[in-house]
Amino acid sequence: MATQYSVSAQNLVKRYQQEEKGKPPVLALDNLSFAIEKGEIFGFLGPDGAGKTSLFRILTTLLLPDEGTAQVEGLDIVNDFAKIRESIGYMPGKFALYQDLTVGENLNLFASIFKTSVEKNYDLIKDIYEQIAPFKKRRAGKLSGGMKQKLGLSCALIHRPKLLVLDEPTTGVDAVSRKEFWEMLKKLRESGLTILVSTPYMDEAAQCDRVALMQEGKILSMDTPDGVVQQFSKPIWAIKTANMFEALKDLRSYPFTHSCFAFGESHHLVLKNEKTDAKAIHAYLLSKEHEGLSVERIKPGIEDTFMDLMLHES
Amino acid sequence: MNQFIIFVQKEFKHIFRDRRTLFILLGIPIVQILLFGFALTNEVKNSQLVILDSDKSETTKAIADKMIASDYFDFTGSIAEGAEMEPTFKAGKADMILVFPANFEQQLFQSNKATIQLITDASDPNLANTLVNYASAIIGDYQQEMLEGKSLPYKIETRTRMLYNPQLKGAFNFVPGVMAMVLMLICAMMTSISIVREKENGNMEVLLVSPLKPFTLIFAKSIPYLLLSILNLTSILLLSVFLLDLPIRGSIILLYAVSILFIMTALSLGLMISNVADSQMTAMFIALIGLLLPTIMLSGFMFPIENMPLPLRALSNIVPSKWYYSIIKSVMIKGLGFFSIWKESLILLGMTMFFLIISWRKFNIRLA
Repeated sequence: MATQYSVSAQNLVKRYQQEEKGKPPVLALDNLSFAIEKGEIFGFLGPDGAGKTSLFRILTTLLLPDEGTAQVEGLDIVNDFAKIRESIGYMPGKFALYQDLTVGENLNLFASIFKTSVEKNYDLIKDIYEQIAPFKKRRAGKLSGGMKQKLGLSCALIHRPKLLVLDEPTTGVDAVSRKEFWEMLKKLRESGLTILVSTPYMDEAAQCDRVALMQEGKILSMDTPDGVVQQFSKPIWAIKTANMFEALKDLRSYPFTHSCFAFGESHHLVLKNEKTDAKAIHAYLLSKEHEGLSVERIKPGIEDTFMDLMLHES
Repeated sequence: MNQFIIFVQKEFKHIFRDRRTLFILLGIPIVQILLFGFALTNEVKNSQLVILDSDKSETTKAIADKMIASDYFDFTGSIAEGAEMEPTFKAGKADMILVFPANFEQQLFQSNKATIQLITDASDPNLANTLVNYASAIIGDYQQEMLEGKSLPYKIETRTRMLYNPQLKGAFNFVPGVMAMVLMLICAMMTSISIVREKENGNMEVLLVSPLKPFTLIFAKSIPYLLLSILNLTSILLLSVFLLDLPIRGSIILLYAVSILFIMTALSLGLMISNVADSQMTAMFIALIGLLLPTIMLSGFMFPIENMPLPLRALSNIVPSKWYYSIIKSVMIKGLGFFSIWKESLILLGMTMFFLIISWRKFNIRLA
């Protein structure tokens, strides 16, 4: 059973002792169970502090869970940690290569750690490495954020791992580089690699095969990106007015409102049921003396779903 | 093996690319030797001597000349009466005043007994003491010369011999001390900082999730520091021999061998520190306070251990530098061979083993 999955976890719990005495420990992972199939890009989505990094550190054998078990490529994360370390590629959230070594030196060093050579596995990293090859002689510390990520990815891939674990790889990277990064991951998946990725950016969910929405150590929902969105059944409207700040307050006090959040240029208004239509919303906002109105029925996005799930939880 | 070589190269690159640190590492021993050799010395030279001669005879003049001729005293003036003494001291013009009473010569030859008064500024008690000793010795010398050829019924002559260091040079003391200090500083502090830096920068996080053996990383780290320490040791010895005229009486090979043993002790201590410390700052403080301070205070190099109260004397036994210091003094200054230092060497070896085993067992294979 275990071998058909790349990663599976049962009832993982991780607590952190607080610095101050007497305070109860913080629950970073709260009874987490999931299974990730081989060859999929699986995304853990959630805000900072949701427990993504703790989970990844447990799966990469860097931390021990307080309760529960997990298997990576059929190996137990506690007892077989040494074997797991040989077969996974890990890129932590913080750039963790040697800043005073050049791009080429970093890559060679990591190849030597896994007793392989850059030439041997060049086909796997070729696409990525070609982009940073012009800077081969540059020290890693002097690379741009996107370049650092590419170098980090190359180093994590150099030993042809079965599972790639990427902790917030796109945080602090510009939009173009982010897009490129996801393209690279999709290409890598074609070689049969399983990829675990975490991100605080909801818009990246669509890039994954499946996602898990995380909040305060729990998985709120786990499905394909479309599947997650389909869980959202209430009517949702995008609303713009001349005075957005006042509008948010007014919409929240509208009796038919389920919830309302600011979403960039517009407010996303979730209503309790279908009975209220555009006209009614229009009329309500006019009665509150709002101008320049735009009321539009929209399809829910993953962010709307996440907000809704979060609301349910708390 | 190939992996190990790549890691050693990596460590060298870390060191060489951080030019400033490298410069400090190589500069430390030179600065220390120069400082201790020329600035921080206990020897008293050229202190100010004022003379109050109420006798003005041949004898008083001869004694005064003998004093002034020595390296220890510089004649800075004479005064005529006792009332002038206090203002002279207060003005800082004298460290010592030599007082010959009136009729000094007459008394000496008639009653075979005369007194000279030595008045010193004892606000620095060590200085005062040293000056009195010098002056007494010079006067004693003069007396010997006077008695040359004449026979006295009873006479006890003390003959002192300062073994191994006849000129009582401070360098005999501080060079071994500086060696212990520099090796401790570079090996223990720098290795611990460099290991902890990998933790701080997150390198360790990636390295742990790999089949790399911790042994490879740490062993590779110690090689450049070992070589750097040997280089420093050489520069200290060269400076001592050619600049401070300190002879190396024992075997140079033995000297290097025991130094390498001590370097390993220091490296293992550095490794142990890196296990406990989470930040480079912490590592540095532990190394400075836990290692450098005892090296200065308890190795016998600054303050004699014999004078310390029992608890401190007992404590000094666990300071590795104390043993190294004593080995170096034996080999370098007394010229003794291995059979006189095997005990100390064995203690150092034991300590190294102990630190290594502790570090080994405490090495974190995970993040927490």
